[in-house]
Amino acid sequence: MLDQTEGYTTADGRQIGPVLLDLRGITLRFGGVEAIKNISFDIRQGEIRAIIGPNGAGKSSMLNVISGFYVPQDGEVWFRGHKRGPMKPYEVARLGIARTFQNIALFDGMSVLDNIMTGRLNKMKSGFISQAIWWGRAEAEEIANREQVERIIDFLEIQNIRKTPVGRLPYGLKKRVELARALAAEPRLLLLDEPMAGMNVEEKEDMSRFILDVNDEFGTTIALIEHDMGVVMDLSDRVVVMDYGRKIGDGTPAEVRGNQEVIDAYLGVSHD
Amino acid sequence: MDQLLYASEVIVNGLMTGVMYSLVALGFVLIYKASGVFNYAQGVMALFAALTLVGIMQGQVPFAHLINAAFGTHLENFGWNVPALLAILLTAAVMVLLAIAIEKLVLQHLVGQEPIILFMATIGLAYFLEGLGDVMWGADVRTLDVGLPQGISETIETATNDWLGYGFFIDRLDIWATIIAAVLVAALVAFSQYTKQGRAMRAVADDHQAALSVGISLQFIWIMVWSIAGFVALVAGIMWGTKSGVQFSLSLIALKALPVLMLGGFTSIPGAIVGGLIIGVGEKLFEFIMSSPDLAGSWFGFTISATENWFAYVLALIFLVFRPQGLFGERIIERV
Repeated sequence: MLDQTEGYTTADGRQIGPVLLDLRGITLRFGGVEAIKNISFDIRQGEIRAIIGPNGAGKSSMLNVISGFYVPQDGEVWFRGHKRGPMKPYEVARLGIARTFQNIALFDGMSVLDNIMTGRLNKMKSGFISQAIWWGRAEAEEIANREQVERIIDFLEIQNIRKTPVGRLPYGLKKRVELARALAAEPRLLLLDEPMAGMNVEEKEDMSRFILDVNDEFGTTIALIEHDMGVVMDLSDRVVVMDYGRKIGDGTPAEVRGNQEVIDAYLGVSHD
Repeated sequence: MDQLLYASEVIVNGLMTGVMYSLVALGFVLIYKASGVFNYAQGVMALFAALTLVGIMQGQVPFAHLINAAFGTHLENFGWNVPALLAILLTAAVMVLLAIAIEKLVLQHLVGQEPIILFMATIGLAYFLEGLGDVMWGADVRTLDVGLPQGISETIETATNDWLGYGFFIDRLDIWATIIAAVLVAALVAFSQYTKQGRAMRAVADDHQAALSVGISLQFIWIMVWSIAGFVALVAGIMWGTKSGVQFSLSLIALKALPVLMLGGFTSIPGAIVGGLIIGVGEKLFEFIMSSPDLAGSWFGFTISATENWFAYVLALIFLVFRPQGLFGERIIERV
């Protein structure tokens, strides 16, 4: 079993830190339906953690619990060693948990640049009068924030679409802009809900590379939901497997792949 | 030549009236931009703000009739007169409280509902506010005088008379309304384009979920937007109240804002201004031409008058047919 405080070293030699987010006995119900049944797992500092499972397994619900969009009926969420009370999504975001959405939630009317700048709203401290007249601290702050945003734009290779209204972009690029906006907040924990859904092979490779680079360069802890098993096995350090709201596996990709219950869930098993 | 001079005076006066329409339309645009809701209560908010302002200035006891009826007292006035500036600040504070109440009691419970549901809620709000204003301050017609200059500007009349041989009649209140509206618009544009609250406001307008995910509090933004709309309503209320008295028909000026919005587009602050100006000039000029025996009389052989009542709506109707998004609105693109 893993050490609770120390962390571990991955196969490719990266050092994983102590527990960043700890979910303990999470249960989520919608009316009579139990979407998540008493699930516990942790996410460690610096790791890429995947949540996988067949459709309807409760993966997105899990991510929504972490990001505060759903409030679980039971269980505790611990973040950075503190138990988190019931929180609104925007409060969770201010704690340093950024996310993307399965069905892309961008501000279609704004340019790519403005979209990414919204990710930095909580980094801005100057009063609105000085901002409105573009004076003093506000100016320095805006410039500093723009520089940070430009770095992310360079990093994700979207320089050429900076001024384009997001609504006009193709799907793959939208996904990338959404990632950029989440990164702009300099999150401690980044949640990606199916970052590669609906992409072609080339786009998937790009996105995989970006995810690895983000983790590598900024040291960002990432939790992601993904369907493409090949991608998951390549990217993640540890994997949680869910099925019908239960956790049926948890471990390194190799361990999970050998787990009989996981194989059954994915390939189906005859009940005779 | 004379006709041309008359016409230009009509145009100038039309521009000034247009500014007054724009002031009301602005409040609609603000709320529509930030929450996708057409706020039917905007006109009533202007009335309510004007009533509150007059009430405070005259030191009137709010709910006096109600209290008197319930407790048999004879309250009416506190017996002091609040200076205009202080009264305006107090009224602005009341509008902020109103915004908070609207968010807590109405909007919060309708998050994620269809726009039509929210629209219905604002209709309810309009009637509620109208009643509240009545109960709080009484139903009498009041005059409002916050010290804005009124009456025909003699300076302009003499200047134009010396220069063109024809004195322009322009109301000083209209000139002030124009200046105030210009400042207000500049401030609003600066706010929504360059401040983080403005950016957050645009974000909320676009996508609630995404806004939440970047750490924006919907509650805070809504209260902020409704407060600003309340303030714009106050300015409109002051202008219209000074011009034509504070009375319940003031809430009907909201109807004139509708064609303005159809022309300008529901989502554009400059659109509200340009739309207002076009309607203002259009209706005045149309009236001038159609009622003049020398113009319409000699061209068409007949004259019609009182066109101001319907001109704006017909113009808006034509716009709806040919350019439904208005002059400055976001283009409606239908993907198949």
